[in-house]
Amino acid sequence: MLTLLLLIVPLIAGLFLLLNKSKSNFTPVVYIGIAVQLAIFVYAFINFKSNPSLLNFDKAWLPDFAIRFHLGLDGLSILMVGLSVVLVSLILLAVKGLKYENMSHLLGLIFLTQAALIGVFSAKDIFLFYFFFELALVPVYLIANFWGGENSSKITFKMLIYTVFGSLFMLVSFIFLYMRGQSSDIDSLRVTVTLLPNAIKQVLFWGLLLAFAIKMPVFPFHTWLPDAYSQSPTPATMLLSGLLSKMGVYGLIRILLPFAPDGINNYGGIVITLAIIGLIYGSIIAIKQSEIKRLIAYSSFAHMGLMAATVLTLSVSGMQGAIFQMVAHGFNAVGLFYIAKLIFEKTGSRNLAQLGGMTQTAPKLSIMFMIVLLGSIGLPLTNGFIGEFLMLKSVFDFNTILGVIAGLSVIFGAVYMLRFFQKTMFGPLSESATEISDIGSKELAILIPIAIVVIVTGVFPNLILNVSGTFVNTLTNLVR
Amino acid sequence: MTFIALIPLFPLIGFLINGLGYGKISKTAVPWIGTGASLLSFVCVLLAYLNFKETAIIVNLFDWISIAGLNVGFSFQLDQLSIIMLFVITGVGTLIHLYSAGYMSHDEGYGKFFAYLNLFLFSMILLVLGGNYLMMFIGWEGVGLCSYLLIGFWNKNTDYANAARKAFIMNRIGDVGFLIGIFLILQNFGTLEYLEVFEKAKAFHVGDGIIVAITMALFVGAMGKSAQIPLFTWLPDAMAGPTPVSALIHAATMVTSGIYMIVRSNVLYTLSPFTLEFIAWIGLATALLGATIGLFQNDIKKVLAYSTVSQLGYMFLGLGVMAYSSGLFHVITHAFFKALLFLGAGSVIHAMSDDQDIRNMGGLWSKIKITAITFLVGTIAISGIPPFSGFFSKDEILAHVFEHNKIMWALGMLGSFMTAFYMFRLFFVTFKGSFRGTEEQKHHLHESPKSMTTPLIVLAVLSAIGGFIGFPEVFHLPHRLNEFLSPIFENSRLVNSSFGVVHISHNLELILMGASVLVAVISILFAYMVFGNGKNVPVADSEVVGLKKLVYNKYYIDELYNKVFVGPISAISFFFANVIDKKLIDKIVNSVGEGVNFSSKKIKELQVGVTGSYILFMTLGILLLVLYQFGPSLLSTFNLLQNK
Repeated sequence: MLTLLLLIVPLIAGLFLLLNKSKSNFTPVVYIGIAVQLAIFVYAFINFKSNPSLLNFDKAWLPDFAIRFHLGLDGLSILMVGLSVVLVSLILLAVKGLKYENMSHLLGLIFLTQAALIGVFSAKDIFLFYFFFELALVPVYLIANFWGGENSSKITFKMLIYTVFGSLFMLVSFIFLYMRGQSSDIDSLRVTVTLLPNAIKQVLFWGLLLAFAIKMPVFPFHTWLPDAYSQSPTPATMLLSGLLSKMGVYGLIRILLPFAPDGINNYGGIVITLAIIGLIYGSIIAIKQSEIKRLIAYSSFAHMGLMAATVLTLSVSGMQGAIFQMVAHGFNAVGLFYIAKLIFEKTGSRNLAQLGGMTQTAPKLSIMFMIVLLGSIGLPLTNGFIGEFLMLKSVFDFNTILGVIAGLSVIFGAVYMLRFFQKTMFGPLSESATEISDIGSKELAILIPIAIVVIVTGVFPNLILNVSGTFVNTLTNLVR
Repeated sequence: MTFIALIPLFPLIGFLINGLGYGKISKTAVPWIGTGASLLSFVCVLLAYLNFKETAIIVNLFDWISIAGLNVGFSFQLDQLSIIMLFVITGVGTLIHLYSAGYMSHDEGYGKFFAYLNLFLFSMILLVLGGNYLMMFIGWEGVGLCSYLLIGFWNKNTDYANAARKAFIMNRIGDVGFLIGIFLILQNFGTLEYLEVFEKAKAFHVGDGIIVAITMALFVGAMGKSAQIPLFTWLPDAMAGPTPVSALIHAATMVTSGIYMIVRSNVLYTLSPFTLEFIAWIGLATALLGATIGLFQNDIKKVLAYSTVSQLGYMFLGLGVMAYSSGLFHVITHAFFKALLFLGAGSVIHAMSDDQDIRNMGGLWSKIKITAITFLVGTIAISGIPPFSGFFSKDEILAHVFEHNKIMWALGMLGSFMTAFYMFRLFFVTFKGSFRGTEEQKHHLHESPKSMTTPLIVLAVLSAIGGFIGFPEVFHLPHRLNEFLSPIFENSRLVNSSFGVVHISHNLELILMGASVLVAVISILFAYMVFGNGKNVPVADSEVVGLKKLVYNKYYIDELYNKVFVGPISAISFFFANVIDKKLIDKIVNSVGEGVNFSSKKIKELQVGVTGSYILFMTLGILLLVLYQFGPSLLSTFNLLQNK
């Protein structure tokens, strides 16, 4: 029941804001929406272990077809729902402080995205999953279309078509499974899958993989990403990099692993190799990017590649690492894009060649940037390290050479992030921006919580690892 | 003994206070907080030492990373090795904090500087106090970060910011090796806790491939952090940082992390003679390379930087011949005399109104007496003149090397010769003769304040007598350091019977000692003949020619790295972004999209109502059906006919 509430609250808030005509009095709705969401989530989290039935919701949806509106939270879901709740709240507050037209509608669409994300992360029925998986992109597409530049709508349309194309294969696979198993329940379909003929199992693997591979994205399905991330307005970029990309990794764990373990045993190595290629490829490209959003975009792509690879190693450390990194990368990516936006608002430029010396004028911004950067390059005692360590270990255990190659990303990550930092923050003050001010409490209200998450989850990673532990152990025992 | 957690805690608190209170805390309070945190930490080390009894103490604060099959504790291990390192870090650290109070007092980022210094101490303490390899890695990368922040302390200057970035990245290259070492340890031992790993290591045979791989991977980490060939070029550039930073991080503590790591893992290295031989040669080569470059440098800090590279090489040379405690001995004495020399250089730079070029100095002996005398003590100590500290530790290393390989020993002596020469060249050119700087500089020449000279005096005393913790055997005096450290090498003795066996007779020991003193004295005399009168000054950069130019320009290794690594990676980056991504992959994606568009147009044409095309398609369809039905049989008939 609580899960349904978590889904409904942003839906109501979103619809209200979208239908809202007046310009000024929507602020309370945003705050109340965020507060209620957070309160429900905290309550759900406390009861997660002791009273799991409180989190379950199961009603007939299309009774004639035995498709159910079934939501529930296990160790993986609750982390991802938590990430959606907290991170979207931060995004809402961040966007509210920036300068955009039609703020009420923009925030409404962000709320709707949140509702869809919570749907994806808690659906226990394949069609319900598919429904939310597709739905999540719609509000983001609308944001990019109406708040982005001229190019933006064309580029996001490409992304939309591309991912819908991938999802179609997933839909076909789902329909097939449904017809075979006479059920659309994720848990009960696992049994159905084991009875399939071998050839079909292999086809199923590729059908399901494609949707998630495009969504994350995994090399070579990534070419929509650099344009989409850099041309979209910041709210859309934050949602895409922080949360929507995680739907892909989540899909791998939730759907692909239990439904196509045989396919992974056969072809996992190919996909892992591709993902590692993407990791290095993306990192190397990021080294020479001079447009800061593009730089973060490629870095984001590289990080996603590692997550994809490690999930498919079917090891505890790979999966725990990927789950941890989903949370960590969510915060870090949103933090970085927000900082990029602040830099742009203060200087009017996103080009590294035109920036510099901002520590002198905006020391607070530079400190916050440094903390998020350290998380992003995985310095020990920050959130980035835990995921990276566990993930690299799993790749190394899977294949020594791939592990060493993946390890190189640790160097490249430092190269492009420190270049980014140096060219914006260090050096002489750039001429174009002699009178810029530091960030104030409004911005710090977003960045300090992110900085706290970066450090606290890095020092006490078990806060997260313990939540997903049981889930991961069960799943790995099941698929290995 | 849980209170040993206070050792890193004090600097952390100091960092938080000075960091969060930056700009709000008064300028008089800042150094008290920073230095106080360091001093309290030192006191805790002292208490820990006094309460310590032979066996290692493990304190597990909490479980850090726990997943099924892997549990890494946030744990500390206090034993003989960590105590020695902690004394050096907090002791020399406190002196350098004190010195900074004076040296940095005119800097606007005073509070920030102390915050960073404290953060460095915190990381460095974690590095040596951690109870497992991942804890060491926290410190390992943590000190790298602080080094980055402090080298780039004056980051308005792009060159300085570049130097900081270079240091971090070269260290990271090493760190990947370290990480791989950790993964290998996990794979083969299932744990990262030192005591468990070393216990299990005893089951391996000398020369086992796994151990070779682990030790080599870890050594890559040491090459980065301790500036060994090929990852040494960041250290001279790191002199961009304020001088106390050079003394603390880039001479006394951080750069010796690699030596600590190997001594800590001594049982693993003892199991792998191959790695040891490799380390010895790398160390020797680095010692000679650093020394040759040091011969011609004219920046006072650069001379000391290359000297550090060279001395670190000696330490690794010692480790490579299994003289672990001698390597550590040199870490200690080097911390004293090199910190002293850097701080002395800082005092000179301070007097020279921030000029670092020795060609502009000269005749400073009478102007800044305390600095000059203490600097001379440091110079004698590093040159290896008894009874100063450097003599004992270096001689011990070279004695072990002699036993291992005579050629290595001879080359090591050559390095000794150069060391004494470049150090006394530096001393004579700086302090003898007459002043060559501007009138303004001359007017401004002054001795540094007490907060700066006090650490100089303390370090000078330590440099002079610090070697007495380890007398050579021949004198029949106690080697307290070896006695204290002995339990650390228990496992090494068990796994390899050749460990710790000395064949050198006392007579030979005396001869070797005499030889190394003689070499140093000749070298000093030589330096005196060339530079002693203070009139012979190194020439201007443009007049350096020939082989000397090659060495003066550091063998063009930076340029080589730029050509071989930086350039190609940039090119590849452009190629990936603009060719592979845009012209290849995205083209394919778009053409799939266009293909769909195109075929839908074509399919539309099928239904435009033109009878002719309908008939055409119908005929084609019938033809295909016929071929499908009868094709195979027609083909086989045809084949049959042909065969006939």
